[in-house]
Amino acid sequence: MVAQNIPVEPYATGLPATAESLLLQHEVEQLLYLEARLLDDWNLDAWLTLYTPDARYIVPTTDLPEGDPASDLVFIDDDYRRMQGRVVRLQSRHAHREYPWSRTRRFISNVMVTAQEGNELDVTCSVAVWRYQAGEASPYVGRYDLRLRHVDGDLRICRKRAVLDLEELSNHGALSIIF
Amino acid sequence: MDLENLVYDRPDLGKFQVHRSSMTSPDIYELERRRIFDRCWLYLGHESEVPNPGDYARRVVAERALFFARDRHGELRVFHNTCPHRGALICRTDHGNAQVLQCFYHAWSFNTSGELIGMPDIEGYGPDFDRADFSLRSPRYESYQGFIFVCFDPDGGSLRDYLAGAAEYLDLVADQAPEGMKVIPGSNRYTIKANWKLLAENSIDGYHALPTHQTYFDYMASEAGSDIPAINRRHGFGRALGNGHGVMENDAIYGRPIAMWHPYFGEEAREEINGIKDELIGRHGHTKALRMCEKSRNMVIFPNLVINDIMAVTIRVFQPTGPDSMDVTAWQMVPAGETGSRLNRRLDSFLTFLGPGGFATPDDTEALESCQQGFRSGGVEWSDLSRGFHRDPRGNDELQMRSFWRRWQSLVAERPHVEQFERGLTPGEIPNVQPSPELTVAADD
Repeated sequence: MVAQNIPVEPYATGLPATAESLLLQHEVEQLLYLEARLLDDWNLDAWLTLYTPDARYIVPTTDLPEGDPASDLVFIDDDYRRMQGRVVRLQSRHAHREYPWSRTRRFISNVMVTAQEGNELDVTCSVAVWRYQAGEASPYVGRYDLRLRHVDGDLRICRKRAVLDLEELSNHGALSIIF
Repeated sequence: MDLENLVYDRPDLGKFQVHRSSMTSPDIYELERRRIFDRCWLYLGHESEVPNPGDYARRVVAERALFFARDRHGELRVFHNTCPHRGALICRTDHGNAQVLQCFYHAWSFNTSGELIGMPDIEGYGPDFDRADFSLRSPRYESYQGFIFVCFDPDGGSLRDYLAGAAEYLDLVADQAPEGMKVIPGSNRYTIKANWKLLAENSIDGYHALPTHQTYFDYMASEAGSDIPAINRRHGFGRALGNGHGVMENDAIYGRPIAMWHPYFGEEAREEINGIKDELIGRHGHTKALRMCEKSRNMVIFPNLVINDIMAVTIRVFQPTGPDSMDVTAWQMVPAGETGSRLNRRLDSFLTFLGPGGFATPDDTEALESCQQGFRSGGVEWSDLSRGFHRDPRGNDELQMRSFWRRWQSLVAERPHVEQFERGLTPGEIPNVQPSPELTVAADD
């Protein structure tokens, strides 16, 4: 007997077992790996090109992972304009927490397409980012909930909600990198 | 260790310095725990976090686990978070609502007034067993304008006396909305590997704003045409508020969601913001309303509470966890009835500057950790806080920091405290308020 209270819908893969699904899964994974690589390389201008002009980038606080930026305090709620500002800031030598840039390595796994509608896809994946700076190693571990969109044949990110599993930014002091 | 002389305070020389051992010494840290954190009123939480009967929230204050709750009669209660039976934590989630709080260890149950209302197998206790002996214990607690404080010194004075001139500044926050202010869900929780007093200093340090936060001001200038040179022409002052509390009150150099328009908010917001200002003037009179709307205030309530009424309203509290580390928690306050475009503007305004993901706070964290690493370098014994000692205090002078340190010195050395307000206003004095200039680049017309 199926236990009650388990929400079935979010666990659906959204993808039928077909060859097309394999290609789509591959395309999604390549986009996520590319984003991780561009961020690890601090190639932030190229990173921005992966996003649509109507993009949102949200990171809820550690104590309220379900936080809604319309009513709750979150860590980050950027539209594309502020994402650009974030990039300009991080490229400046006056972003003191990231000067010099920390070394990071991002690991993306457990990638699942959970829904498809029109030219848009919902994707979830696990992520771990190791950040090394000033003698400290600090891991940012969590989940991305993404909405991707096919634009002129390319897959782009139009929404990224990056949810931290950390209880607090205990060893990190800040969220000074793009998570 | 010469506890009497950790602060070098010489008005005759215009010189004020603090010995760096105060930031690094484990012995001084232990003394602070007993002589400061076991004696002062300490911020616990805000009443708006527990609006309904049965609501509770837990905290750690000065390394002690506590929780507060609204009991079934609507009374605010504060408890030590420990079972009077054998010690386990009673409240094991950050917040929630319950009629009964049960210790999981032996299943003793308490109501939200703290009374022991049941346990398994009560027959195992003899005829002299009295449930009243096993109520949850409370520290002393009082609240002012909804801000709840605790004091672990049974002989200390009242909260209102302790707050001294800081009470007026809490009023300036609480009175911004007729329906009151509330803390919204979500908090910033982070650790800074630096002495807690560095964050007290930083929170009322106007001098660091432009150099440390240049990327923030550059962003605001590029987005909205803020006039950065105008920031240096702003007017303001620092003042001591008594008992070590201090504030800097300045012309706002950013928009204030309560009611100071900035190009960043967009032209369409101007009318709504002016409407809020008119409403506040009608309710509070011109002087108080102008301070609420157009002046920013960064306040430290000694020892570890910061109320920033700046581009957003924040409550920030830091708990020392050693001579070189602290846990920081910050919340955001909003007018209880605020919705729609007003609330959106306010939430957005917070995030641009504040918080671990903002464009400024990470660099404060970096500065504090950098200082702590610098202290370990040695070679320099004293840090300097003399700025503005010789003149009427300006907003980017250091009177408000000196007032913090004077109180700290008195408490650590266990000597009577003598209030000094230098050439600043004394508590209760109302500043002469002029409208703040708009921070806009002149339009090309």
